[in-house]
Amino acid sequence: MSYLELQDLHREFGPVKALQGIDISLGEGEFLSLLGPSGCGKTTALRLVAGFDRPDGGRILVEGKDITRVPPNKRDMGMVFQAYSLFPNLTAIQNVEFGLKIRRQDASKRRQRVGELLELVGLGHAADRYPHQLSGGMQQRVALARALAIEPRVLLLDEPLSAIDAKVRVQLREEIRRIQLELGITTLYVTHDQEEALAVSDHVAVMYQGRIEQMGTPAEMYGRPATPFVAEFIGTMNRLEGIVGENGEVRHGDSKLVVEEARSRRPGERVLVLVRPEALELSAVVAGASDEPNVLTGDVLSQTFLGSTTRLKVTTAATTLISDMSSARAEALPVGSRVAARVPAEGVRLLSLPDDGLGFRAQDLEDL
Amino acid sequence: MSLRALRRMAPSAYIWLALAAVYFVVPLFATFEFSLKENKAGAPCCTLHNYGWVLHNGDFWHTIKISFLLAIETIVISLALFVPTIYWVHLKLPRLRPVIAFFALVPFVVPPIVMVVGLLRTFRGTPNWFYGTPWGFLAAAYVILAFPYMYFSLDAGFRSIDVHTLTEASQSLGAKWTTTLFKVILPNIRTAALAASFLTLAIVMGEFTIANLAAFHTFPIFLQYVNESQGFPAGALTLLSFLITWAAMLSLLLVGRKRGGRGAVITGAR
Repeated sequence: MSYLELQDLHREFGPVKALQGIDISLGEGEFLSLLGPSGCGKTTALRLVAGFDRPDGGRILVEGKDITRVPPNKRDMGMVFQAYSLFPNLTAIQNVEFGLKIRRQDASKRRQRVGELLELVGLGHAADRYPHQLSGGMQQRVALARALAIEPRVLLLDEPLSAIDAKVRVQLREEIRRIQLELGITTLYVTHDQEEALAVSDHVAVMYQGRIEQMGTPAEMYGRPATPFVAEFIGTMNRLEGIVGENGEVRHGDSKLVVEEARSRRPGERVLVLVRPEALELSAVVAGASDEPNVLTGDVLSQTFLGSTTRLKVTTAATTLISDMSSARAEALPVGSRVAARVPAEGVRLLSLPDDGLGFRAQDLEDL
Repeated sequence: MSLRALRRMAPSAYIWLALAAVYFVVPLFATFEFSLKENKAGAPCCTLHNYGWVLHNGDFWHTIKISFLLAIETIVISLALFVPTIYWVHLKLPRLRPVIAFFALVPFVVPPIVMVVGLLRTFRGTPNWFYGTPWGFLAAAYVILAFPYMYFSLDAGFRSIDVHTLTEASQSLGAKWTTTLFKVILPNIRTAALAASFLTLAIVMGEFTIANLAAFHTFPIFLQYVNESQGFPAGALTLLSFLITWAAMLSLLLVGRKRGGRGAVITGAR
């Protein structure tokens, strides 16, 4: 049974349709990330769940009860904000016990619970510090403890790591996931960072222009993107436009690709062949290699060293490809060298190409 | 200012600091020196007789009490009126801020003499407990007079905190509007509220025109009367009132001050 349900949520701000019919169903103890570019409606959806805003249409249910019109202070939703939201006049311990004081919890129980939570977020030693005496990461940990103190029905996290430096961000997101699993709390997490969403979530919902493009497990979202936007948004993807031929063939420029998924497609259909950079095999060109199916020849345009892997950009006659390979192997393919890029027949994704193009604005991805 | 900060100051800054000190200290010293003289031929050079006269004058204590209580009443009414209003405007109606700022400037633009005539005509016919006592009519007039000082100080305080996020954080933890206002917002604009209160206190303690035209016997009226009739005691009275006003401000600061957390920082109009 669903624990948190968002049914056909609509929200408009003047002419802007921020949400155009959002449906989400989340089981108890599950972690869902709302992922998307700026302005896609993810924060609007979260604020509706928190009660800070009212939907123009649709319902929000927790444990089957309609809470759409319930004021925020009566929803029992713990929230961690993007901006630092600790009360500046209170110490860390006072911040965490704020919600418990509102609930008039017994002082000794309150102190015990607050102490446990500060230990849980690793800040037992900083209980008496004021927010201005804490780093950004520490402030967000206290904010998390404060949100958890009231034993919320749903934990809402609105890009809580976006103002924190990269190293702490990775550490903190792992802690959030650990704590979430430990407490078994149903969590809704808003982020525009796909790596963050894939790393911590049970489910990911990619949003675009007020709609959910696709919802699934991180593996499904990465391996089987349902739309060109999701394919482009989650990870890096090579997009090869082509036309379906006979027996699983796709004509891409002058090259021929044999793709298993194309066997079930109508000949003449315009499609996108989607290949992950790590699935593209590069090798130095040998004579006659370019006539082979599934091989695209081109020149290495650039190399970006990423540690254990190196990212190569290859220009072919029809497109630019991106390939990730081990740094040791990449040394054999210097910039300017002629290479053959092999597209695997299986494991690549094929999407029908909408008549009006890709179905999204490239600018929305560049803004990220 | 710390010693380290003083050491870091540019030489020209010392000159400006000295000039400012002279500007403020010389009149005070001159008044003090004047207040030590006596209105008798052949009297000794320096005497504290004038201070004794002031301190034993019943009118002095009576009028200073009225002015001080009026100041407290004005501060309480103004804070009760403006803190929730400005909070609400920041939170829900930010587009109204320039409109309110415009109205806040009106007491600066309208001369007090015009204002008092308007107020006397407007409130004529109201019950005597309001129209005939300083606690009603005069307090109402002073709330208007203090509006710009209250508004701009509090507005700066509200701008120095993230009103939206703090309010939403408080609400998500179960707090009602009133709890949010008193437990979260007010402690974080404490410095601004104190600054507004100091300014209001100073204005009310020194306001002459409205009290005079409305025929109320407040401290500035008494000061003016002594000034016209007895020169040397007037000097003593001025200095004593100066000290009492500063003592009142200091006590307000001590009452409003709390150890620990950092309140809002007043940064002036942005």
